[in-house]
Amino acid sequence: MKPHDKLDSPLDPASAEWIAVLTGPEAEREQGWSRLHAMLLRVALRELRRRRAGGALWVAGVELDDLAHQAAADAMLAILHKLESFRGESRFTTWTYRFVILEVSAKLGRHYWQVHPHVPLEAESWERLPDRFAVDPGEHAERAELVQAVRHAVDHALTDHQRRLFVAIVVEQTPLDALAHQLGTNRNAIYKTIFDARRKIRAYLEANGYLEQEKADRP
Amino acid sequence: MNARERLERFLTTDPADVGCQEAMEVLHVYVDLVAGGQDAAHAYPGVAAHLAVCGPCGADFDGLLAAVTQ
Repeated sequence: MKPHDKLDSPLDPASAEWIAVLTGPEAEREQGWSRLHAMLLRVALRELRRRRAGGALWVAGVELDDLAHQAAADAMLAILHKLESFRGESRFTTWTYRFVILEVSAKLGRHYWQVHPHVPLEAESWERLPDRFAVDPGEHAERAELVQAVRHAVDHALTDHQRRLFVAIVVEQTPLDALAHQLGTNRNAIYKTIFDARRKIRAYLEANGYLEQEKADRP
Repeated sequence: MNARERLERFLTTDPADVGCQEAMEVLHVYVDLVAGGQDAAHAYPGVAAHLAVCGPCGADFDGLLAAVTQ
């Protein structure tokens, strides 16, 4: 069976043209890959600039260009290996751009540690915890009580692994992709750990009267 | 919204949330629906629930949507 013989839905004309070019005669195919690489590089550059504007201030200048080239090159390799798995569920270009966007995230996470050497958590970091919940600094008494309650919950309700990740992500504000790279794991594994930690902290705060019981009929 | 309510909101988890892996696997499909003006959240409620609370996946969604609409 040829690649793409079994598609989930008929390809739109532009996607069909991409597939025809990228699986066609060698000369045409090479031109197609070259054109795709140029598009991926443009997307990577724009995305890195967008991320920088959004707060990823640790990447700029030549480094930003380097990361964009790396992201585009790695996305190209992934697309080359997975081209046969394209089922036409989306436009072909959207499918390819997803690879480069995910590469940008992964590379930003890896690059984070080159400019943010890990330092031990300071006691004062916990005092910034309410900022994570957008608590008004004017709510002094509430603020102090919340910090103490959450810290107690973290110390008593979480496993060592959950506590380590919760502190890194929520208290230290380490980007999730950077932590995933540091620990040699993936975004999903960390998210699930934090998800469970949030649930356990909530249960602990409810059991100890800090929060009202969650409604049983919540979807 | 007071401090306690904000904390409560932060700690609330949605059982429909599919997590990062599943959301990223269909991100291209989801984004094309959004870009086409269709109700992606209705088609993929678990993905919508996830994107609403996961910063990194939300950033990937914003980036991909920007890439296909620019």
